[in-house]
Amino acid sequence: MFFRQSGIRHTDYITDNRLFRIPADRNLALLALAAGLVAPVAMPAYHLNSFLLPWLIWTAAALGLNLVIGWAGQLHLGYAALMAVGAYTSVHAARFGLPWELAFVAGGLLAAVIGSMFAVAALRVKGLYLALTTLALQFVMDWMLSHSPWLTGGSHASLQAPTLRLLGMPITGEAGRYFVALGWCVLVTVFLMNLRRTGLGRALVAVREKDYAAAILGVNSFWFKIVAFATSAFIAGVSGAVLVVTYYFLVTPEQFTVNVSIQLLAMVIVGGLASIIGTYLGVALILLAPGLINLLFAQMAGGLGVRFAPETYAHIPTAVYGALVIGFLIVEPLGLGKIYRNIRDYLLVWPFDQMKK
Amino acid sequence: MDGWFLAELTVNGALTGLLYSLFAIGLVLIYKSSSVPNLAQGALTMVGAYVVIECGRRLGMPLWLAIPAAMVLMFALGLTIERVALRPLAGRPIIMILMMTLGLDIFLRGTTMAIFGGTSRPLGLGVSYDPLFVGPMLISRIHLIGAGVTIAVFLACVFFFRTRIGVRLRAISDDYLASWSVGIPVERGVGLSWALASVAAVAASVIWGEIQGVDQSLSLLLLKGLTVAVLGGLDSLLGAVVAGIILGVLESVGSNFLDPLVGGGSRDLIVAAVLVLTVLLRPHGLFGRHEIERI
Repeated sequence: MFFRQSGIRHTDYITDNRLFRIPADRNLALLALAAGLVAPVAMPAYHLNSFLLPWLIWTAAALGLNLVIGWAGQLHLGYAALMAVGAYTSVHAARFGLPWELAFVAGGLLAAVIGSMFAVAALRVKGLYLALTTLALQFVMDWMLSHSPWLTGGSHASLQAPTLRLLGMPITGEAGRYFVALGWCVLVTVFLMNLRRTGLGRALVAVREKDYAAAILGVNSFWFKIVAFATSAFIAGVSGAVLVVTYYFLVTPEQFTVNVSIQLLAMVIVGGLASIIGTYLGVALILLAPGLINLLFAQMAGGLGVRFAPETYAHIPTAVYGALVIGFLIVEPLGLGKIYRNIRDYLLVWPFDQMKK
Repeated sequence: MDGWFLAELTVNGALTGLLYSLFAIGLVLIYKSSSVPNLAQGALTMVGAYVVIECGRRLGMPLWLAIPAAMVLMFALGLTIERVALRPLAGRPIIMILMMTLGLDIFLRGTTMAIFGGTSRPLGLGVSYDPLFVGPMLISRIHLIGAGVTIAVFLACVFFFRTRIGVRLRAISDDYLASWSVGIPVERGVGLSWALASVAAVAASVIWGEIQGVDQSLSLLLLKGLTVAVLGGLDSLLGAVVAGIILGVLESVGSNFLDPLVGGGSRDLIVAAVLVLTVLLRPHGLFGRHEIERI
């Protein structure tokens, strides 16, 4: 319907390689961007701050994870540790007096260095063993953060982030912080959308599909795995810093434990591997659905006159989140991105479904 | 450092390590038959402990009856999990399978906590907390009993793998395509291994529940159990027992030397270091057999 393909013909490589091959996709993306830009005016501040802002930052982080899992095909269970590296580095840099622009970059770069060290493990083993190594490194990082008083203040301490200033302007308002998050998320999204069109992206996909076949074709799989780990770690680092400075305002070791890594992995899997729109949807589902269902449950229990212990309500979101992951893996292992693509493919040829897609 | 103290650390470390082995045996049983690393084993152990307690409390069973009853229930749970959650994923990439076991872990933990609440409960095995004196060494009774249970479970597994069904399971772990072609019901075998792992989880949960109380922290045994299983070789039962002793001793003696240097809590660091080093230096573990894909 909206996705009419008729009359759109790509007759040379340049048009075929465009960012949006169908104008409807471009229009949709612009619409979403416009909605994002007017959100601070159109939405109550509470919703903006507690739903939209974390959604955008977690999406940026999950996109980084999707780069290494979905595009490069390497398992990564230690992603939250890299976010912690970025967050602590930038906060320390900013407290030291570095401008925030540089502090973000410093956080990202240090995370990239440490992420490449994770990749050293990736170069020796694959699959399950890679997952176990990154998991162990996550535990090492958790341990280091809670046992280094000079860095974090110790296990129960927190570190206040200095006021965010970009280009000389202090950013204190809700809308300002929101735009910082939006800007970072859009930047990551545009980077990943362009990945498909670049040699880097194609090399990563080749490594994912079969690394020695890629090596035969002249793609240095060793190098591209490091690049994938380092790039995703950079995104993780900056996302961690943005998360701390616009949402948490202070940084503690408990913010980036192994559970966060697993949650990010769940977002990527529920969203769909190597799918950008899927990642957006997956993050929204994993972040919001457990709370919403808990609310629904509480109302239903109230309506039926049944009362549950407060602890029950405290743990239902966890159970729902687990059930979501299990349900998606059984019903649609390719995630929400695949469901979106199915709908889009259907609309592309509607009402002539019998035609070749 | 006095020799007796070191000996005490070693013996108690080895006993604790055998308790990790008890947990790791469950992981190995599943990995052996289906090459699935069951990251939900910690949650299964936790569920096992709650089932034992509830059998005693709601159904009024004495503990000696509650434990076998819990084993029967967990056997059924293991079969169900394999049938509902894991079988549809056969042949999918490893990341989906890992995520499924993680999802199961989250789901089981969340559901158990939502039903039973987060407060720690005693299991009430009734083992005395007075230590045994062997010379000047103090040895914990429950750890000794647990080590005995580990050996018993290990021997039971060894004998089981010599029975008719056990030989089938060994064939499946050897080569499931070949087993299929000679008419062995592979799916049923894999289901059985999940059920057996759940039963092993009850054994682990009773001992660990007695030691540290029954609450969510039982599921945190996963990292240690996983380290033991990887160090021993993910598909080797003997490896799990030997690696448990090694890890236990390393942890107990090593943390004694390291703790003053790093300010406490070095046990987890040692465990993580052992896991990373094993994967980097010898990914198939001490006794493992599976080919590791390398680049």
